[in-house]
Amino acid sequence: MAVIEVKNLTKVFGKNTKQALRLLDKGLTKEAILKETGNSVGVNRATFSVKEGEIFVIMGLSGSGKSTLIRLINRLIEPTEGSILIDGEDLSKMDKKALRNVRRQKLSMVFQQFALFPHRTIQENAEYGLEIQGVPKEERQKKAKEALELVGLGGYLNQKPGQLSGGMQQRVGLARALANDPKILLMDEAFSALDPLIRKDMQDELLDLQSTMQKTILFISHDLDEALRLGDRIALMKDGVIVQIGTPEEILVNPANDYVEKFVEDVDRSKILTAQHIMKRPEAIYIEKHGPRVALERMRETGISSIFVIDNRRNLQGYITADDASNAIKNDISDLKKIIKTDIPKVEKDTALHDIFAIIHDSQVPVAVVENGKLLGIIVRGAVIAALSGDGEVNLENA
Amino acid sequence: MLDNLLDFVPKIPIAEATKSTTRWLTDTFAFLFDPIKEYFGYFMEFVSEDLLMNIPPVIFILIVAILAFLITGKKFGLAAFSIVGLWLIYNQGHWEDLMNTVTLVILASLLSIIIGVPIGILMSKSKIANAIITPILDFMQTMPAFVYLIPAVAFFGIGMVPGVFASLIFATPPTVRFTNLGIRQVSKDLVEAADAFGSTGTQKLFKVELPMAGPTIMAGINQTVMLALSMVVIASMIGAPGLGKEVLSSLQRAQVGPGFVAGIGIVILAIIIDRFTQNLNKKKN
Repeated sequence: MAVIEVKNLTKVFGKNTKQALRLLDKGLTKEAILKETGNSVGVNRATFSVKEGEIFVIMGLSGSGKSTLIRLINRLIEPTEGSILIDGEDLSKMDKKALRNVRRQKLSMVFQQFALFPHRTIQENAEYGLEIQGVPKEERQKKAKEALELVGLGGYLNQKPGQLSGGMQQRVGLARALANDPKILLMDEAFSALDPLIRKDMQDELLDLQSTMQKTILFISHDLDEALRLGDRIALMKDGVIVQIGTPEEILVNPANDYVEKFVEDVDRSKILTAQHIMKRPEAIYIEKHGPRVALERMRETGISSIFVIDNRRNLQGYITADDASNAIKNDISDLKKIIKTDIPKVEKDTALHDIFAIIHDSQVPVAVVENGKLLGIIVRGAVIAALSGDGEVNLENA
Repeated sequence: MLDNLLDFVPKIPIAEATKSTTRWLTDTFAFLFDPIKEYFGYFMEFVSEDLLMNIPPVIFILIVAILAFLITGKKFGLAAFSIVGLWLIYNQGHWEDLMNTVTLVILASLLSIIIGVPIGILMSKSKIANAIITPILDFMQTMPAFVYLIPAVAFFGIGMVPGVFASLIFATPPTVRFTNLGIRQVSKDLVEAADAFGSTGTQKLFKVELPMAGPTIMAGINQTVMLALSMVVIASMIGAPGLGKEVLSSLQRAQVGPGFVAGIGIVILAIIIDRFTQNLNKKKN
């Protein structure tokens, strides 16, 4: 079920927003509208929905409107047009009081520059959201403490934010957001201000937390690697427009246009693509009914020097090489079981390409892709290289 | 011919208009001014004569010294200066004047803060209020302070009350300006954070904006107190008692000695008050 549903969300900064909207309808670009009306288009007709428990990453370069978009979601910036449905309720039509209640109970935000209150202790910072709701002191202290322990800061309750490192400060920011126990977390470039190693730690921790919390997370990032690591789905933004929405694989493999393609071209594809993206339909023979002659015939047809053997439940049994098959024919052996080799190089279907290199290098025969012992496909060396180069044939249908 | 160009209208009667406006205000608001004059006058007399002057000077000096010691983070400098300085004023026979001046400065400053901080908050929140009040503040600060004495006398007669009134006009602007500035300077991030968690306007103001603006507001208050003190001498022209009165009478009689002594008294008081308010500020940081 969609927890956040955004329809046609638009923000035009400036005075004459109506004229700008009309020009947007006519399909003018951001620059043209700025020139014509002096208004700056922040977000242009953004439409997407975020499912419960999903990490949805909005990514784009600076100036692409992603920070504006996340602030439209909790109305820190008032939308010019469009609707924001949170659990089916339209936030854009709410009065101040109702909006405040949604912000208090359903939406919590984590900020790029942490935005901790420097005059409050760590504990008091984490308590803030509960404090303004009028939660009794003992209860809110307990919840704040729990949240801080969750992010590993149980021992720093009485410090001031200024005494903590950047990574620790952002943990406080996260704890402050979690203390409310909101359904939705809005994370505005939450890890961008941290140095790369800490950033990676925080990403891992967020994923760990998420596996137990199952929050719905809207995450803003300008870092594609971060988006690919965290995102269940990713929306790419450019000039206020959402250019493409998809899973990390979809975006990498089928970029919607040149912009996206350019964006993703530097990505280490070997860590994103998995065995199932590059495998081919397997050529196999059945151990029960086929003999060495069939095996040799099939090899000749396909032009490879070995073939996998399966049983009638598609369970992988082993492989037969061309040499073994012709020897068997000479010696009049018809039972495949006698010549089958079982030291099969195999990988699971979601093994990353990165981890297939070594296996395929050491192997004389194609690598088998299996799931629960059943043969799904085969990978030949050429496919690995083609996939890395970016123009190889990649099958999303297999996924 | 060219001269006539400027004389195209006769002299505009600004002075007359002001005069009649003031008279109208005095008459119309007598019901307001008279009780203020009476009760506030009593109150001030009560504070200076019945309260402050009944404290034995030794005790008073000790209290100030102890407070100075505590407020400066247990350093002896300001405490020692307070003891010596206040004793010197006592030694010169100006203790009563000092108490009157302290009363005037403290009450004028308190009123300035009570009035100034909310106005500053209003200005920080409303563009319109900001646009209207800023020029009024400029006017209040640049008009020579003596000019305020005239309507002050018209409204409140002579004595301490018009002194406080004139000080109020003269000394309030820094508190207003610094409060406004302090709140506007609170980082946008923090304001967003407060909003994002669903704070009401009041919660945001008291839990985030005012605490963050505190040091700036305190700097404004420090300025206000100093200006109120500097108004002491001027207010003595309309009969406000205190150290300023001594300065004024010395001036009128060309007595350099007594004038210097009273002047030193004001300087000592100024230094003590200034260091007190500054250290309050530091402590908050």
